[in-house]
Amino acid sequence: MTKNINLTLKVWRQNRSRPKGGFEIYNAKDISTDMSFLEMLDVVNENLIVEKKEPIAFDHDCREGICGTCGAVVDGQAHGPQKETTLCQLHMRHFKNNETIVIEPWRARAFPVVKDLVVDRGALDEIIAAGGYISAKTGGPQDANNILIGKEIADEAFNAAACIGCGACVAACPNASAMLFVGAKISHLGLLPQGRPEAKKRVMSMVRAMDRLGFGNCSNETECEIQCPKAISIKNIARMNRDFVKASVS
Amino acid sequence: MLPDSKVPAGPLADKWDRHRFELKLVNPANRKKYDIIVVGTGLAGASAAASLGELGYNVKNFCIQDSPRRAHSIAAQGGINASKNYSNDGDSTWRLFYDTIKGGDFRAREANVYRLAQLSENIIDQCVAQGVPFARDYGGLLDNRSFGGAQVARTFYARGQTGQQLLLGAYSALMRQVSEGKVKLYARREMLDLVIVDGKARGIVVRNLITGELESYSAHAVVLATGGYGNAYFLSTNAMSSNVTAAFRAYRKGAFFANPSFTQIHPTCIPVHGLHQSKLTLMSESLRNDGRVWVPKEPGDKRVPEKIPESERDYYLERKYPSFGNLVPRDVASRNAKEQCDLGKGVGETGLAVYLDFAEAIKRDGKNVIEAKYGNLFEMYEKITGENPYVTPMKIYPAVHYTMGGLWVDYNLMTNVEGLFALGEANFSDHGANRLGASALMQGLADGYFIAPYTISGYLGSNTIKSIDTSHPAFDQSRKEISEQVSRFLSIQGKQTVNQFHRRLGKILWDYCGIAKDEAGLSKALGMIRDLRKEFYKDVYVPGEGADFNQSLENAGRVADFMELAELMVLDALNRKESCGCHLNTAYLTEENEPLRDDENFALVAAWEYTGEDKEPVFHKESLTFENVELTQRSYK
Repeated sequence: MTKNINLTLKVWRQNRSRPKGGFEIYNAKDISTDMSFLEMLDVVNENLIVEKKEPIAFDHDCREGICGTCGAVVDGQAHGPQKETTLCQLHMRHFKNNETIVIEPWRARAFPVVKDLVVDRGALDEIIAAGGYISAKTGGPQDANNILIGKEIADEAFNAAACIGCGACVAACPNASAMLFVGAKISHLGLLPQGRPEAKKRVMSMVRAMDRLGFGNCSNETECEIQCPKAISIKNIARMNRDFVKASVS
Repeated sequence: MLPDSKVPAGPLADKWDRHRFELKLVNPANRKKYDIIVVGTGLAGASAAASLGELGYNVKNFCIQDSPRRAHSIAAQGGINASKNYSNDGDSTWRLFYDTIKGGDFRAREANVYRLAQLSENIIDQCVAQGVPFARDYGGLLDNRSFGGAQVARTFYARGQTGQQLLLGAYSALMRQVSEGKVKLYARREMLDLVIVDGKARGIVVRNLITGELESYSAHAVVLATGGYGNAYFLSTNAMSSNVTAAFRAYRKGAFFANPSFTQIHPTCIPVHGLHQSKLTLMSESLRNDGRVWVPKEPGDKRVPEKIPESERDYYLERKYPSFGNLVPRDVASRNAKEQCDLGKGVGETGLAVYLDFAEAIKRDGKNVIEAKYGNLFEMYEKITGENPYVTPMKIYPAVHYTMGGLWVDYNLMTNVEGLFALGEANFSDHGANRLGASALMQGLADGYFIAPYTISGYLGSNTIKSIDTSHPAFDQSRKEISEQVSRFLSIQGKQTVNQFHRRLGKILWDYCGIAKDEAGLSKALGMIRDLRKEFYKDVYVPGEGADFNQSLENAGRVADFMELAELMVLDALNRKESCGCHLNTAYLTEENEPLRDDENFALVAAWEYTGEDKEPVFHKESLTFENVELTQRSYK
């Protein structure tokens, strides 16, 4: 049932005039429980603009949970309290009337804050550029059905490839590690026969890039898997570590 | 004057091959002397940038998002067509060509569509080589499903996330070129002007969205792969940042805009709820393989669906179109949903919805099978609506989804501005008046991987393009004009927000330039849009500063362009005195209420030329000739 609720928001504000950042308190009144979390922020922002105040900057785009643009730490959890859900797909029916909600940006050394809830995740692109691909030139490859891939393997590769690159795993990890993100790409490409020839080189260079860019290491907290909106499994981290060790000694 | 469409002579099946031979080449050693700007990193942009980089050109690739992997192609769900005939059900290049041109209600160029069908097979091969995890069967072969407007299973898919997987494939190819130094990436940049020198496209001016700085970039050719303009309607399935600004500013600089009124309204979206809704969510067309669309037979029947017995339900698509049933093309399905709701048979709180029911499929195949096919879509539906579609039927309603219109391009995908190319949804080329499902991904990748690399080389190889850099005065002029626009927005200091204007604009377009149009409504809309635009420049309030990360300011520029575009869309709709595909003018209907084309007078592409602010654009006509297909009344009965 649709109803309206009132909320208190504690939102992280950080910009050029306030480089160290801090929390501000806002009231969100008459919020329909049918709204998404971002629509609730839209309403707060529209009111701020009408009051001639600066709206809260936050990243968002597809609002369908697939582009990976949105994300904030809500009450201590990346993308908020609902499991396997991006912030844009989180709906206000999961909150109670008069609740206080704390909203912060992803916090990691490798993700500098741009403004308010917006961070720079360019480091993730740099990791992919270091080797997160199969070197298949545009041209005339063999017929797609010449490469047989059993359904189980195809499905497992797909599960890893479902990563949306939002960075929640990094924000959730006490070490700000990107190992779930990297492990997922290592698995996706390494499980497929097309990706095997470059597997060793790939894992070595991606792991090195990850270290160079200031991400931490895994200490088996499993927070990344728990808070990942696409439920990417930490088995992918195990596979990456295994491949890395194998590649290092051969 | 409209330039030649450069469609090559000769038999349809040989045109592309012959044309590729006739196109000039650039010697591999000389390619590094050329700079190419690619704006956009969706399927078309990323695949073009990666392929051009691989050839050896210096590519500068721009995107509005914080990472190229987030372009809106990522949200495509259902699949990508290819005439592989892996299903052995009679598919062929010719059949894909025919289905696409018929689906577009005979308003696309034969030669372009045939080339698209030819290239479809290469795309699947290319994507598999890159590691795109398409669905497979237990024997390891690729699996297919069927989509609207086709009677064969030719759609390749990766669960309900095909666009994501294809884009990540193109993105990985792009990032490989970035690491090789052949592509330089510029994220969080918005193109705000096209720079033309001596009649040729020579660069762009972008706003750095983090610092607010205006930056200039020069090149020997400019490629726009900046997507569609469905967000003119405010509520659409497009991502929030999808906009027309890049294409529209090219239009202002002389590029013709073709068929701007051709907007696809997708039949299966989650219905509108509440006043603060920011966007609409698509439920993939693939659902119509197993879901049955129905409404209660009696208008005003407010019982919950479970309480309505079979005999009191109207499966209207199956009844009216027995051979295609629930898999009629999108325009037909959307129009029929509106018709049922207009008859008072709509369901849900607003009465603006119809049911999409999986009960029979679940009973027949089991919940597991349905879950394996559509699990992520069902989950998404439940997250948004709070209802479980395994138990109660989905409620769906049409929503703006795709724009067939776009920048006019010739067979080389070059606009009438020399050296300016438009790819993917940003051009108008292949879908006529209605795009079939699973064809957008196909077109984006065909344009980027397999067409633009040849035709751009052809352009560079056959033209002498003198060296310039960004110190050329044309760049200063562009930056000056943009700065003035930014100052203008910030100085209005009115009372209404940009979003409030955008919402009102969207409502005008949806009401008068949506699923069904008529002359009186369109004329009224024209006046309303002009008034709204005047009000915008008097009363909008844009907070913050120009030299800062300022999302309201970004939006102000986009909405201002949408308002001008909206006028052009309405003019185009008024000008086309027939119905075809998505364009339904209620004055032109067959006896069975289907769109009635006027092939004698309107088998044409309407290409519009900008003549100045508040001046009527000039209409140019490209006549479409059909040498290989017979123009028939589309029938899906």
